Amino acid sequence: MLLSNLPLKNSGKIIGLTAKGEQRRRLLDLGLIPGTTVMAKRKSPSGAPIAYLIRGTILALRKEETDLVEISP
Amino acid sequence: MGLTAKSSGFNVLKESFNIDIEINKPVIALAGNPNTGKSTVFNALTGLKQHTGNWPGKTVTQAQGVFTHNNQDFLLIDLPGTYSLLSNSTEEMIARDFICFARPDLTIVVADATNLERNLNLVIQVMELTDNVVLCLNLMDEARRKKIRIDIEKLSGELQIPVIPTIARENDGLYELKEISYKICTKQIKITPYKMKYSENVEEAVEKVLPLLKTRLNQISDKLNLRWLALRLIEGDKTVLESIEKYFFKLSKNTEGQVLSCGSNC
Amino acid sequence: MDQTADCGRELIRTLSLVDNISESEKEKIRDQIVKDIYWLAEKIANESVSKEQIKTDWGEKADDILTSKYMGFPIMLVMLGGVFWLTIAGANIPSAFLAEGLFWFEGRLNELFMWANAPQWLQGILVSGVYRTMAWVVSVMLPPMAIFFPIFTLLEDAGYLPRVAFNLDNFFRRSGAHGKQALTMSMGFGCNAAGVIATRIIESPREKLIAIITNSFVPCNGRFPTLIVLASIFMGTVVSETYSSFVAAAIVVALVLAGISITLLVSWILSKTVLKGVPSSFTLELPPYRKPQLGRILVRSFIDRTLFVLGRAVMVAAPAGLIVWVFANIGIKGMSLLDYAANLLNPFAVLIGLDGVILLAFILGLPANEIVIPIMVMGYLSTGAMLEPDSVSVLRDILVNNGWTWLTALATMSFSLLHFPCGTTLLTIRKETGSMKWAVFTFFSTTAVAIIVNFIVVQLIHLFL
Repeated sequence: MLLSNLPLKNSGKIIGLTAKGEQRRRLLDLGLIPGTTVMAKRKSPSGAPIAYLIRGTILALRKEETDLVEISP
Repeated sequence: MGLTAKSSGFNVLKESFNIDIEINKPVIALAGNPNTGKSTVFNALTGLKQHTGNWPGKTVTQAQGVFTHNNQDFLLIDLPGTYSLLSNSTEEMIARDFICFARPDLTIVVADATNLERNLNLVIQVMELTDNVVLCLNLMDEARRKKIRIDIEKLSGELQIPVIPTIARENDGLYELKEISYKICTKQIKITPYKMKYSENVEEAVEKVLPLLKTRLNQISDKLNLRWLALRLIEGDKTVLESIEKYFFKLSKNTEGQVLSCGSNC
Repeated sequence: MDQTADCGRELIRTLSLVDNISESEKEKIRDQIVKDIYWLAEKIANESVSKEQIKTDWGEKADDILTSKYMGFPIMLVMLGGVFWLTIAGANIPSAFLAEGLFWFEGRLNELFMWANAPQWLQGILVSGVYRTMAWVVSVMLPPMAIFFPIFTLLEDAGYLPRVAFNLDNFFRRSGAHGKQALTMSMGFGCNAAGVIATRIIESPREKLIAIITNSFVPCNGRFPTLIVLASIFMGTVVSETYSSFVAAAIVVALVLAGISITLLVSWILSKTVLKGVPSSFTLELPPYRKPQLGRILVRSFIDRTLFVLGRAVMVAAPAGLIVWVFANIGIKGMSLLDYAANLLNPFAVLIGLDGVILLAFILGLPANEIVIPIMVMGYLSTGAMLEPDSVSVLRDILVNNGWTWLTALATMSFSLLHFPCGTTLLTIRKETGSMKWAVFTFFSTTAVAIIVNFIVVQLIHLFL
């Protein structure tokens, strides 16, 4: 399952990233590393992005990024 | 007292980082994640004795200021706020290069006490780069409000660096921060931080590369953290090599006495 | 010595070959390194931190409301309107007070010149030209800035601005722009040059340029007085005095919304043409709300922002006042240079709902937007001196006597909102982008937008009314 499909208020555990190169580095550095639990916190009133709780910080990510993160619910 | 410009190691501060070094004025770098109150700490330490400019060739704001403690002046450099030093954004490269090549006498990492884990990620990376690290655990009041308790001694013991809890906006803990900075810069205290040990496959790769680096870089090996460099090479970070070229070779033309003689290496 | 550099390059080249690790292997190592550091951080944090479950997290509760589907946007609008209303309503009294003081001093200056038997032209240039322009700028700009900047810094300090970016991101994404552009636009309310510098937070060069080029579609403090004065004179007076500041605030909010819509539209056009590309990755932290430090906010917003912007305005206002006075007072056959230029511009200006004097005022106001209305008044009054800014009814009479209607006011406000950014902003653009090219591009593209929008609006209204 992709992180972008995680329903609001639900949590999932990151299995892997399909991002490559620079983008992979950035996502990893933000704490999106395999084994990390992520929770979909809230959705922007304009429909996107979605804010996730990732290692103690709330980070808003666009669908373009969350499509590159695989999770298990 | 070991307070000399030379103690900052390679003399590239002025040219490549836009910083006026003076003899007997130790350079302290201020690193930290965004939103940790880093600029509050900077303002509280330097007051009005600060000015802002740009990092050379970059449109990234650089703030530097002076504070005095025990009649000793310190030059404080505010590095860009970053989560890490590993991805190659402009901000992260500036912070990394400053710690790595300008070799400040001390790096203070400002961390958000309400979110220690994420902040430690950066602390550990800084500790890999340099020995003189102090952790400034800011926003202690917020942590208290959120009922987060931090065992400072335990934390300090694990990291093997001084940990100073602060509430920068109330000037709480800043005296202690200045005091420990003074002691470290005057070499009254020596710090040997906990050194990160990686998983086996990483360590094996490091072991393979390290001896090669030692022979190739023997002339600057005392000015560069070779283990750290090896790690960057095996993970495919090309920007580090560009920075080495920039700070050790291109600029060395003008820094007399620091020029690396080519010798047999070429 | 070049040998050293060559040697360095050689060394670097050999260094990049020291490992014979494949790219995919490197990626694996890289993942492991990041993972190991994070796990260590987690382990240490777990050992030294103990957390008690707290009953209510106020920040969460605030976010539930401030970013909620139904309340998010209305609250943003109310905040925006509230800030404008406070600025408009609060600035009136100190403005009048300042004007009184400054123009009292002008009287004393005139007496001084007379006592010293100074020539008439010198007194004209220095008092009616330079001093009066500066006095106008200070009395019109200082009070709104002294109110606006602290409120703005307060919202910034409390952590509300990232929520604005979060709420609006989808619109920016669809325009091919970066969500943080909302933040740089917020800074633009204070000063567009500051807004351009703020685009540094946008990493991708493409989206940064979009944010830079469109920043001046957000009215800055130099243009607010123009918008506010015109809104209160021509639209606020239709209702009773008590509500006029509300109506004026509402009109300004409507203009700002129009500016935001145009920003999105132009961003979209740019990302489809000159600045083609896919939106780069976007991450925005929503940091916890923090109790703002009132004392520090007042000091910081006053020194860093108010005095900075005001100082800049006064510095350009002084020479501009001098030049304009000379233009208005030197002439051929009883017609001043100002009038000549205005007559020349008039046929074109009428097409976009303005007149020659208004357009000329915008052009001469290039150094600083805050002197546009003073120049206009100078052009209308053949005396060649600016009037005293406290008398809004006098201003209204002057404008109406020169053929102004509500449509002229609307066209002037729209042109003010969309036209070229001020000189300082253009210089800042050159500095931030490293090339004159983008400053010139911004100048022409924004002005083109202003002309097109004005033309369409004015012609449509003419058609139907």
